[in-house]
Amino acid sequence: MSNRYLKEKGIESLLFASGAVAVIALFLLCIFLFRDGILLFSEYPINSFLTATKWYPTAEPAHFGILPLFLGSVIVTIGAVIFSVPLGIAVAIYISELASPKISNVLKPVTEILAGIPSVVYGFFGLVILVPIIQNTLELPTGQTALTGSIMLGIMALPTIISISEDAISSVPRTLKEGSLALGSTKWQTIYKVTVPASLSGISAAVMLGIGRAIGETMTVMMVTGNSAVIPGFPSGLFAPVRTMTATIALEMGEVPQGSDHFHALFAIGSVLFITTFIINIIANYVKKRYRFNL
Amino acid sequence: MISNKLLKNMTIYFVVLLIIAIAFTGIGCVDKENTEDTDISQTSSITIKGSDTVLPLSQAESEDFMYANPYKSITVIGGGSGVGIAALIDGEVEIAMASREMKGSEIEKAQANGINPVETVIAWDGIAVVVNPENPIKQLTFEQLKGIYNGSISNWADVGGENRVITVITRDSSSGTYEYFKEEILVEDQYRQDALVQPATGAIVQEIAQNKGAIGYIGYAYLDKSITALEIDSGDGFVDATTENIMSGDYPLARPLLYYTNGEPSGLAKEFIDYVLSSTGQDIVSDVGYFPVM
Repeated sequence: MSNRYLKEKGIESLLFASGAVAVIALFLLCIFLFRDGILLFSEYPINSFLTATKWYPTAEPAHFGILPLFLGSVIVTIGAVIFSVPLGIAVAIYISELASPKISNVLKPVTEILAGIPSVVYGFFGLVILVPIIQNTLELPTGQTALTGSIMLGIMALPTIISISEDAISSVPRTLKEGSLALGSTKWQTIYKVTVPASLSGISAAVMLGIGRAIGETMTVMMVTGNSAVIPGFPSGLFAPVRTMTATIALEMGEVPQGSDHFHALFAIGSVLFITTFIINIIANYVKKRYRFNL
Repeated sequence: MISNKLLKNMTIYFVVLLIIAIAFTGIGCVDKENTEDTDISQTSSITIKGSDTVLPLSQAESEDFMYANPYKSITVIGGGSGVGIAALIDGEVEIAMASREMKGSEIEKAQANGINPVETVIAWDGIAVVVNPENPIKQLTFEQLKGIYNGSISNWADVGGENRVITVITRDSSSGTYEYFKEEILVEDQYRQDALVQPATGAIVQEIAQNKGAIGYIGYAYLDKSITALEIDSGDGFVDATTENIMSGDYPLARPLLYYTNGEPSGLAKEFIDYVLSSTGQDIVSDVGYFPVM
């Protein structure tokens, strides 16, 4: 008996250790990220880091203003949301409410394949195909703009948004929909007055996770947004080159000497990025929980 | 029954232990390798790391070298001059390739780490300033280039061209070409904030080939028919970016390509550098699109 007990306990603790790995990894990651990021502020005031408008890491004296990079990330993400949210929700509604099983059996796996394409492939496609199209149709000085990045990121965020909103929409109880139909409303009225509002929190969670996906994406934006560290106007900034926080880290980490201010500045950007995505995930979780409670 | 179960349990524990043991053995090995790697000159394999400009040359040279010496192995990695120099300072590589000279701060850091960087010129490279073939501008002075790159000139009309916004393109700051161009053209100034930053030379060529208003700078080896190189005037008249002008030293944007070693090269590193500097090696330099050392 005791043997069996030991075995149970042994396996349990083994699985506990495996579960703890994720937590420990996150914890260590935080420590290293913040430790190296904070070191910047012994040399460079935190106020200037957060509010200065210039990013010249290799100049003498160096300027580490994160504002243009932060706003660059924000504008690209907003663009991606504007592009992908309506489209994603429309697809989710179609798949779960309107499409015949035959069609939805094809559509669902295909949208999920989108998520499996490597980001560098998206980037290459964007650089070679989308950049010239944007430049020529809008007659811009260059096609490497925030808009180009937004469209690419929008496409990349679509699978997340579609599959989570589709889950939310199809989990709306049949009784709700049938009640609405029985009262004489049309299919469309049922969708936009009953089904979608009932699954709204699930859809919001999908949108938040889509944003999280977009803001953390690196390779694609680096290849198509032009990477100029300027503060973007809104909405005019959509049609000009911008540089995101992720692209800055990827572009500059190669050159940077270990332990220099520039090195710490890149870690500080990483910390800001981490905090941003952390907040977004917490909001998404909160919204998702509320939605479970309501049903 | 019980002994059977016990056996089974023992086996499971044993397997788990074995897995853990194997995992830790692996970690131990990595550490050991790092610490035992101090005497690099004796090994028959070396690593070369650094400038993307020198990369195609080093690759071609090492391929030929390894073909002639099948038991010697040379690993060539790109990433930018700064990356290579940082790796040399950290003692990770035997040779750092660079398209610029080491900065004072880098030399200090190397000496603090007990590394004594020694420079060898292995070839010359020209930097071509390039525009779209449809751009009527065919020549620029250093002053005009400085204005375009520091932000004081933003329209082609200001330098005698069409009324079109100039799209200024630079490399990222890990590129040796970025630093070299900054020192030669901008001197004290900074690159304009709204310049496009491209992560690779190929991306610069791609953008200029499709953008009529774009200007950029690339290593001479990357020049192709999709883009046009400008004539440059540093004060002594316009000079075209041609092989003859770069080799004669008339073209103002020519620079040495360098190998840095810790102390005078020795062992395989010396063999390889001697090979690069031999007439066979210098023929490869010309084949790749650079210019032999005189």
